[in-house]
Amino acid sequence: MEKTLPKIEIIEKYCKGCHICVEFCPKDVLEMKGFYASVKNLEACIKCMQCELRCPDFAIKVITE
Amino acid sequence: MAFDYDKWIRPGKLPHIWCPGCGHGIVMKGLIRAMDSLNLKKEETAVVSGIGCASRLPGYIDCCTLHTAHGRAAAFATGVKMAKPEMNVILVGGDGDGTAIGGNHFIHACRRNINMTYIIMNNYIYGMTGGQFSPCTPTGHKASTTPYGNPDPGFDIAKLAIGAGATFVARGTAFHANQIDKLIAEAIQHKGFSVVEILDDCPTTYGRRNKYKSVIEMMNRLKEVAVPVKAAEKMTAEQLQGKILTGVLYKDETKPEYTAEYAKVIERAQAAK
Repeated sequence: MEKTLPKIEIIEKYCKGCHICVEFCPKDVLEMKGFYASVKNLEACIKCMQCELRCPDFAIKVITE
Repeated sequence: MAFDYDKWIRPGKLPHIWCPGCGHGIVMKGLIRAMDSLNLKKEETAVVSGIGCASRLPGYIDCCTLHTAHGRAAAFATGVKMAKPEMNVILVGGDGDGTAIGGNHFIHACRRNINMTYIIMNNYIYGMTGGQFSPCTPTGHKASTTPYGNPDPGFDIAKLAIGAGATFVARGTAFHANQIDKLIAEAIQHKGFSVVEILDDCPTTYGRRNKYKSVIEMMNRLKEVAVPVKAAEKMTAEQLQGKILTGVLYKDETKPEYTAEYAKVIERAQAAK
């Protein structure tokens, strides 16, 4: 079965650069790019939704099919 | 699929005022998921708060909201509930607002067992006013007004609530984000006064004074100290030293609820005419 990749949407207007999403991602998908979080390695994403769940600023949406 | 928080948020209100890494946003998400899972109607739900960082929460939520005087959330909420007993009344606030300035209102709302839910975000400090120590600051910890360590012992909010007569008491943490919505949903469904204490982090005024290097370190501390109630049953007193119990700590469904009792008083008074 082919793995489908989600779409990780980061709303930079809301992101405050707290690092929570980057640190608690079990697969190291995200990184800090300057002040904001950004996607580094989307292929590794397992859609666990931890980043979306933990982001205190409503800045991440993991959109799956 | 991503949870749609937008339907419960007032348009144009985000980004919120909380500092980077503050757990209040995580608790607000939990509250929104809980309200959504219970299919609460916006016009039948009131979120009431006092003053403080955590008390800014109702400003962002799209339902009936009240932002009231410092510590008086319980008093205003009691008014809402008595006037409209069919409403779901949810109180939010911090530890200073709930247990110091509003301590009296808090214990008496517990005593009455009126059907409301109080979510206390305990970050151990007064964040908004500049990091003064609160009744929940642990002994020895530093705040702007106790630079050499706090000599006072802190409150245990859950035990205080149980002692004062609340009939549902639970505790969660901002780290255990998955659990928050379940605890809040159970508290809202409970008939009686329910208290949900959420241990939170304040990186700006508490963390940096108490040698926490980052938000992540504060979150990991919450992970380390929290022990679920069921796991604690199998642990010795020694192992539980310094740990904090999480989950549903107390539930009593036998105590009469205040609005129902008050309706009976009205009935008796009208029959006596």
